[in-house]
Amino acid sequence: MSPNTQEGIVDRELRSPSYLQNGTTIRSWLLTTDHKRIGILYAMSITFFFFLGGIAATLIRLELISPTGLFLTNDEYNRAFTLHGIVMVWFFLVPSIPTTLGNFLLPMMIGAKDVAFPRLNLMSWYLFIAGGLLTVLALIAGGVDTGWTFYTPFSTLYSNSHVLLAAMGVFVVGFSSIATGVNFIATVHLLRAKGMTWMRLPLFGWAMYTTSLVMVLATPVLAMSLLLVVAERAFGLPIFDPRSGGDPLLFQHLFWFYSHPAVYIMVLPAFGVVSEIITCEARRRIFGYQFMVYAMVVIAVIGFMVWGHHMFVSGQSAFASLVFSFLSFVIAVPSAIKVFNWTGTLYRGQIRFSAPMLYALGFIGLFTIGGLTGLFLASIPIDVDLTDTYFVVAHFHYIMVGGSVSAFFGGLHFWWPKITGRMYSERLAQFAAISMFFGFNFTFFPQFIMGWMGMPRRYHLYAPEFQPWHVMSSMGAVVLAFGYAWPVFYLGWSLFKGQRAPDNPWDATGLEWQTRSPPPKENFDRTPVVTDGPYKYHPQDSTPHEVEQAQAPQVP
Amino acid sequence: MSSDIIIHEPFETAARQKVAVPFGVWSFLATECLFFGGIFLFYAYARWHGGEAFSAGAKETDIWFGSANTFILMTSSLTMAIAERATKEGLVRLARWMLWATIGFGLAFLVVKGFEYRKDISEHLIPGPHFKLEQGPAAQFWAFYWTVTVTHAIHLTIGLGVVGRLLWIDRRGDLAPHATTAEGTALYWHLVDIVWVILYPLLYLVGRP
Ligand SMILES: [Cu+2]
Repeated sequence: MSPNTQEGIVDRELRSPSYLQNGTTIRSWLLTTDHKRIGILYAMSITFFFFLGGIAATLIRLELISPTGLFLTNDEYNRAFTLHGIVMVWFFLVPSIPTTLGNFLLPMMIGAKDVAFPRLNLMSWYLFIAGGLLTVLALIAGGVDTGWTFYTPFSTLYSNSHVLLAAMGVFVVGFSSIATGVNFIATVHLLRAKGMTWMRLPLFGWAMYTTSLVMVLATPVLAMSLLLVVAERAFGLPIFDPRSGGDPLLFQHLFWFYSHPAVYIMVLPAFGVVSEIITCEARRRIFGYQFMVYAMVVIAVIGFMVWGHHMFVSGQSAFASLVFSFLSFVIAVPSAIKVFNWTGTLYRGQIRFSAPMLYALGFIGLFTIGGLTGLFLASIPIDVDLTDTYFVVAHFHYIMVGGSVSAFFGGLHFWWPKITGRMYSERLAQFAAISMFFGFNFTFFPQFIMGWMGMPRRYHLYAPEFQPWHVMSSMGAVVLAFGYAWPVFYLGWSLFKGQRAPDNPWDATGLEWQTRSPPPKENFDRTPVVTDGPYKYHPQDSTPHEVEQAQAPQVP
Repeated sequence: MSSDIIIHEPFETAARQKVAVPFGVWSFLATECLFFGGIFLFYAYARWHGGEAFSAGAKETDIWFGSANTFILMTSSLTMAIAERATKEGLVRLARWMLWATIGFGLAFLVVKGFEYRKDISEHLIPGPHFKLEQGPAAQFWAFYWTVTVTHAIHLTIGLGVVGRLLWIDRRGDLAPHATTAEGTALYWHLVDIVWVILYPLLYLVGRP
């Protein structure tokens, strides 16, 4: 054992209780301003919404087994995919990594005691719950049938479903995002520990920072577009109504001005998580730290300039389409830099195929496929052919589910010992990671093929030649569902019966690992001082060969 | 002189804590700019496409109410600025009076706005079946008018809430250590004013010589 551990044993009695023991009443949780507890509150809430959206997905995949539909009416099918989209985008994917892992880890990674505005942080959770309740209310009242995109004039003039409730739910939850964003930006600017310069920030910190910028600058535009929908639908004010000279395209511009950057709200945090896991599990410094940082910043900025690629067939000018197409190609460059740099990080590393690493490697593969098919869709002639087909559906699921959700699960496993103070079963977790990877591909790869063949999205009655692909996809969804549900059991088991986790089970270098598991309320027993950059897994100047020699053999 | 502030978690130094609230509010103001940016884009579109008919709708607004409210709100900006500076300098009595004045002007704005709404409604200026003008760009102008003024009024009401909070802090007797709270409040109040300054020409001066 290293001398550190012994030192830890000596002063154990003198130490303050962990954040979990610091008040155990429900009240102490509901009124907490501790960023770690708020992260846990968020984690429980988004898990609920994940399974709610999952139920809708199950209904969709079941219904699609037969070309004539199995048990849903047209109307019910519309409501099912709308519910799936709204819940998964705003109540799971957007908040997933930032509000759970981000809340928990960001202050610890920069050596702070909490986020800059702890009470605002709690308020953001209550806003999330309020928005969630409105949306659940819309569901109970009978659901929404506009699709998650709320396109006008259908949403404002024609739909006979509960658009107002759902739009208000999303409006409110948007402000919870904004609150988190403001908080994180201030935290990173103001609360970095002594010596934690910007270029020493772990990439997860940079990911949270850039994500927050996008949240703060994009979400309000969504809020305004939904407000205008409410004004037109509830009060009959002619805003997008073509009969009064309004333009439904204006809504699409406003909506996608948020919703394209929202993709980066979902995937930038995943970049951060994957960078932390890969460096630790390959025992390597990150390849090209500065490029990784600038790539994220560039993605956050250019992400605001590509929204028009959702509107190639909507009737925007050919010149606008050309510019948006070009910029959509441009944004692929920093994304590709990141993929190459993760691969470069692996080179000559001492790779442990642990569960978090399997998730992270899965992320790289799926994100690459999602990104490359994105280039298909960024080029106008192909997009005109593929718009509103399953090719698009498969593409964004590869990015948002294959990418972000894999990273989320990877991060969940990676930091699980830190968060809960318990170890999980490595074998069972590896099995979950592998089933998720294969289940995901079984589900969504057939969708590329049928999309290419012309299967339109949002239809539940389809031509019989697509049936084999739909059946394949639905079978894959069973495996995928297993991959998502299985961790609930072994992680749940670990909470109560798991082995106690040491402070730093993976020998990671981040500040969050230099404190106890689970951490005390103030995060650190003594305030850390930073003297070097992140990912010090080997000496800066050693050759890869020396790295291999210098590292002790790894126990798998 | 400026009073010391009480350092609270998670801050380690007073210097950092002092900038935190203004920093957070500035970030939030960026959000607000894009929020209003959305509806201004609608205005730009509607005016560009609506042409004469759009301006004809704009002529129906009441410039006297609008100008009075601009005057009221600008004055409230002044009192708010004095209140903020007075808090910083520890002149609690002055700050208190100026905060009350700000609240008074804010309420006056809402009252004037209420009378204006009453007049608008009696003149059938709500787009819909009984709309005074033709459907089309004029109706779009009024759709903008109602949406944006109500949104602005809600912002102003929230502003009254945060100014009221400062007065409540003052009742507890610790306004002086809350100089940064006052600064954040002032920033927000000024944003509400600036939005109105932009709205005033857009709503009341369009189509008038
Ligand atoms: Cu996009």
